[in-house]
Amino acid sequence: MANLSSFASSLFWATFKRDLILAFRHKGDMVNPLVFFLIAITMIPLALGPEKAVLMRIAPGIIWVMALLATLLSLDSLFRSDFDDGSLEQLLIAPYPLALSVFAKILVHWLATGLPLTLMAPLLGVMLSLPANAFAALCYSLLLGTAAMSLIGAVGAALTVSLRKGGVLISLIVMPLYIPILIFGASAVQTAALGEAYNMQLAVLGAGLAIALLLAPLAAAGALRVSVNA
Amino acid sequence: MTAAPALLELRNLACERDERYLFAQLNANFYAGQVVQILGPNGSGKTTLLRILAGVSKDFYGDIFWQSQPLKDTAWEYANDLLYLGHLPGIKKSLTPFENLRWYAAVQGGVADADLIKALAQVQLAGYENTPCYRLSAGQLRRVALARLAFSRAKVWVLDEPFTALDKSGVAELEAKLIAHAAAGGLVLVTSHQDINVPNLQLLNLLDFPVDAQLLNSHEDAAYG
Repeated sequence: MANLSSFASSLFWATFKRDLILAFRHKGDMVNPLVFFLIAITMIPLALGPEKAVLMRIAPGIIWVMALLATLLSLDSLFRSDFDDGSLEQLLIAPYPLALSVFAKILVHWLATGLPLTLMAPLLGVMLSLPANAFAALCYSLLLGTAAMSLIGAVGAALTVSLRKGGVLISLIVMPLYIPILIFGASAVQTAALGEAYNMQLAVLGAGLAIALLLAPLAAAGALRVSVNA
Repeated sequence: MTAAPALLELRNLACERDERYLFAQLNANFYAGQVVQILGPNGSGKTTLLRILAGVSKDFYGDIFWQSQPLKDTAWEYANDLLYLGHLPGIKKSLTPFENLRWYAAVQGGVADADLIKALAQVQLAGYENTPCYRLSAGQLRRVALARLAFSRAKVWVLDEPFTALDKSGVAELEAKLIAHAAAGGLVLVTSHQDINVPNLQLLNLLDFPVDAQLLNSHEDAAYG
């Protein structure tokens, strides 16, 4: 039952592969949050002036806020197309734990948005003249933070999938849950920029991610059942 | 046929949408080897009934029994024995027909790729395996969804308007498939506005299950009491 071939043919793996193919075929959807991230951060030095001391001071907060908004922008499409074409119903009634197939979808969402955001962040850090000793903290904190944001955001997306205009509601549902991630993520980078240890902030982000990993797929699965039922 | 227990049994099924009852006191037994057409005018609750039977919607009164066991206790077994083809075809337009079917193969625990190719050939889509679905016509899209029937191991087929957009030969092929499935001991529940040309077709008209006031009160008591 638990051997490799049964895993390879399992719905988790099939959904993961299918969504990955879909993400690459819909490059526009995938690139949209990244372009927003890039453009919004490029605007900051233009608006505030290229004064190094000012940019250095605000860089951690700006990068984190923009990463959060970029993630938020991408959430609505997480279950939308599955809901519209009927494959969500099929996922719901499949003889397979819904939380696992939902987790596969969240994983793809993170690979398509959170991971590229994390990889792009150091580049934008250079643009905002972030101190050299803060780059590692920026990458680690975003790596943990974006994963947690994809997971938590999936619950919001699942709750609003049956509403025609769920975009605003997702933000309202998800934003309060994102705030702790934002505080500790930005604080990790800030602390690292001052040359101090940022282990505590990373530990809190990691703990948040662990809780989200455990609970968010279950909560999203339950929310999907409610949404489709209505 | 009456000696064998019913595969699927509906007892006192009632369904309310937007403070209006679609049907009530719906009692029906479905046996292996039957093709059942569910009838009713637009908005009479055909799709809703099929969604309930497919397990998508759990918003109803009454009980459903699967092989004489309450559906609540046998949901897993039932899910393994069910193929539901909804009103929405469940086909991803940016994937090819083959990629779409490969996902459905995983839903039922894996099917060899050769069988998927064969299933596509059976619905006259040989040569279209690697064409993105957005290039296909509406009828061809419907055929991609119907190709699932060819490699399904499910006993119960729940099909919502499967004849939409099909051409004449497509309709005949699908009818042949329904007959073959019933002959092999399967059960087909289907809605359609056209006449289905299948011997021994059973009919279930939702207008035969109107709502009476007494029942309304009893449900209200149950809901608020």
